[in-house]
Amino acid sequence: MMRRLCFLAALGVAVMAFAIPAYADEFSTIVAQLGADSFSDKERAVAGLAKLGDPRAVPVLTALQDGRLVKAPDGRVLIVEGTGQAARLIDPVAGAPATDLALDDLDRLRVNNRLRSAIEGALGSLTLFSPDPAARLAAAQEAMRHRSPDSVPLLEKAIAAEQIPEVKAAMQQALRAAQLFAGSKEERLAAIRTLGGATDPQIKNLLDEVRADPKLDPELREAADKAAASIDRRLQLVGIVANLFQGISLGSVLLLAAIGLAITFGVMGVINMAHGEMIMLGAYTAFVCQEVFRAVLPPGWFDAYLAAAVPIAFIVAGGLGVVLERTLIRFLYGRPLETLLATWGVSLILQQAVRSVFGASNREVSNPNWMTGGFDPAGGFTVTWNRLVIIVFCFAVLGVIALILNRTRFGLQMRAVTQNRDMAAVMGIRTARVDALTFGLGSGIAGMAGVALSQIGNVSPNLGTFYIVDSFLVVVFGGVGNLMGTLVGALTLGIVNKFLEPVAGAVLGKIVVLAAIILFIQRRPRGLFALKGRTVEA
Amino acid sequence: MRARAAGYEPRRWGAAFWTRFLLCGAALVLAVPILNQAVAPDSPLAIPDYLVPLLGKYVCYALLAVSLDLIWGYAGILSLGQGAFFALGGYCMGMYLMRQIGSRGVYGNAELPDFMVFLNWKELPWFWWGFDHFAYAALMALLVPGLLAFVFGWLAFRSRVTGVYLSIITQAMTYALLLAFFRNDMGFGGNNGLTDYKDILGWDVHRPETRLALYVASVAALGLGFLVSRFITTSKLGRVLLAVRDAESRVRFLGYSVTGVKAFVFTVAAVLAGIAGALYVPQIGIINPSEFSPANSIEVAIWVSVGGRGTLVGAMVGAVLVNFFKTWLTSAAPEIWLFFLGLLFVLSTLVFPRGLVGLLARLGWKRPPRAAATIPAGKEA
Repeated sequence: MMRRLCFLAALGVAVMAFAIPAYADEFSTIVAQLGADSFSDKERAVAGLAKLGDPRAVPVLTALQDGRLVKAPDGRVLIVEGTGQAARLIDPVAGAPATDLALDDLDRLRVNNRLRSAIEGALGSLTLFSPDPAARLAAAQEAMRHRSPDSVPLLEKAIAAEQIPEVKAAMQQALRAAQLFAGSKEERLAAIRTLGGATDPQIKNLLDEVRADPKLDPELREAADKAAASIDRRLQLVGIVANLFQGISLGSVLLLAAIGLAITFGVMGVINMAHGEMIMLGAYTAFVCQEVFRAVLPPGWFDAYLAAAVPIAFIVAGGLGVVLERTLIRFLYGRPLETLLATWGVSLILQQAVRSVFGASNREVSNPNWMTGGFDPAGGFTVTWNRLVIIVFCFAVLGVIALILNRTRFGLQMRAVTQNRDMAAVMGIRTARVDALTFGLGSGIAGMAGVALSQIGNVSPNLGTFYIVDSFLVVVFGGVGNLMGTLVGALTLGIVNKFLEPVAGAVLGKIVVLAAIILFIQRRPRGLFALKGRTVEA
Repeated sequence: MRARAAGYEPRRWGAAFWTRFLLCGAALVLAVPILNQAVAPDSPLAIPDYLVPLLGKYVCYALLAVSLDLIWGYAGILSLGQGAFFALGGYCMGMYLMRQIGSRGVYGNAELPDFMVFLNWKELPWFWWGFDHFAYAALMALLVPGLLAFVFGWLAFRSRVTGVYLSIITQAMTYALLLAFFRNDMGFGGNNGLTDYKDILGWDVHRPETRLALYVASVAALGLGFLVSRFITTSKLGRVLLAVRDAESRVRFLGYSVTGVKAFVFTVAAVLAGIAGALYVPQIGIINPSEFSPANSIEVAIWVSVGGRGTLVGAMVGAVLVNFFKTWLTSAAPEIWLFFLGLLFVLSTLVFPRGLVGLLARLGWKRPPRAAATIPAGKEA
């Protein structure tokens, strides 16, 4: 038994050893054909390379495309790598540098437009065999878009060789798409049935194309109609899920912007118009952290800048908040309208100060690597990592604040002051200190929100003004002094906004939401979750 | 105590008041045309042509400030959307001016304004009907802001939305209008607004004589608005307003209709703001959605606050002073302007909450003789 296995293995090795030279031989023949004088011969060679599916063809074709392919006097076709003095010749067949030739003696191989598009197509299908799975996936998607009967054998070959299920599925889909128009009736029927299980507007379009053919076989038509209907149903579902996700994402942004406000407004009855600028300062802190990490630390550390920016932003904005409370706001207690105006003044000063220091133009804060890109959970829409991280971050912040409010001594004091300031003072709570810390906490959270917002948009001195009206509405809508209200308010506004957008357009949707809130406040002047009790009226 | 500090003082309609009022009014009406037309252009006292619309703009702002002072200073309603009524009045006037262009537009279409031709509209939308007539446009400039304010105010005050909540929803209102007017399909020129005016009542808007006439009209409107506001605040209704400002629930319990009183004064203020906007547009030559921006409306509050709330005169002085500084600083040192404005917000609330008028009173300048003297000084600044 053992012997037999050994024999088989040896046989296999022997077969492979023979197979490779044969394979390589064909490759070298076709590569040599690229050196032909006529464009149509070259085109044939390009098509041959595409059919062969040899990964070594990729650099050759790329070189041909870029005009870096040359022909030696002895008929060899060589790749030029590098430019000027550093240029060297590489023999694609041997895979080694060719040192026996001077660059100047060689003719560059010319391409025309027809050839160029042939090269593009060939490169597209060749990357089906690339060692990089992402490239293979992209190639499969590309083949899906430019389906043609010629790609069927190539795709079949690629599917047979493919190991990663995700990529394999994409390839199979591309194969079905190609078969949809070209194959026999059975193949087409099978293709329609399989494609009916997809969730992709592209495939829906393909099916519609099939259905548009007036001479279509009735059996095929019935199957195609059914498949299209089932895709439609799923697309609708995905649309709802996508809206929901985007709504939650927008809601989490609003929530982050509004939590701090809810705390200061709820506890102290202070309208902090400079709240948006605290967010802006947080975003600039992220920017500064990014620049410092880039300049000082080794590149491997760069991705950690965000983790550093969050606490620093909390300290910067929170510290400023405490200073603001001590120097300005505490003199204005009991005069909410004056506080509103004074903090508006502060916001103007902060905006102008940041504009003077950092310039008026937008600054870009790049996502760290682990936050770029996204994934596709259901087909049809992409969940980006930065949005997802912000949602998670937002709920984490909310959780921590709920803990602080409900489980710490400071939180207890804060709630006491919210409910009845005078009584709290009588019980020995130093209300002034609670006020300062509360304001610091609210501002610090705004700073952290700024770090999060820097990840999904540009950072500019008037960043805060985009959020201030919205976050006020969230607080007012949800009800003051109530985290639950803020949470529900923010998520409702976010989701309603996103569901209105496709129906009414982004701007009109926003107007509708604003009008709805104005009307809602008429019904419930104290918001969704109003504090109850007689202190409210005071 | 607060009521006495800034508010009801009977016997303010005596001969002394009228003399001062008419003197100041006459000075404002006469001085500018004379200094503009009759004085030699190289004289240091001469007012060049380009300054006339600027002064007219200050006067319109003063009227806007009076309208806010009426509701904020006397009824405690801090509207952060007063600029919306101003802009609505302005749009009504702008629509009339657009219709007056006729076939002299870039596209030479007598039926449609240029921006509608550009958007491939075929006919005039219904809400533009009638704006060919000045009387209709003028009526709309009063009605549209007034009606919006009445409906909005009635709903809000009936539900007892007060204080900062009211401020925030008025801000939301102007923000919603800002977004709406930015839309091209609203039919108000979108982002670019309405501009390139030619004539008003057959007079070329660019001619110095027309501008002088508009300036005089603005002063007249300001005088009228001031008298109306003063009449309201010194009447019995004014006492109720002050009471509402200081203890709303108590007034309600005493049997007054707080909702009615507030909605009334809110509407009057909106109409005044609409008039100011209607006079502002032909002098500036453009109206666009940025007039709706919440920042503009908050700035009005600072004019009133700097001048002194609940004084009417202070609002006018504040509007002119702050805007004079704005004109000067934004050209001389643009970076400084926001610092200055921000500081103004902080200081006017923190250090002198009763504004310039209050400051002067505290310095021992008795108000009756001196306060009036600040009107012309402020207005000519």
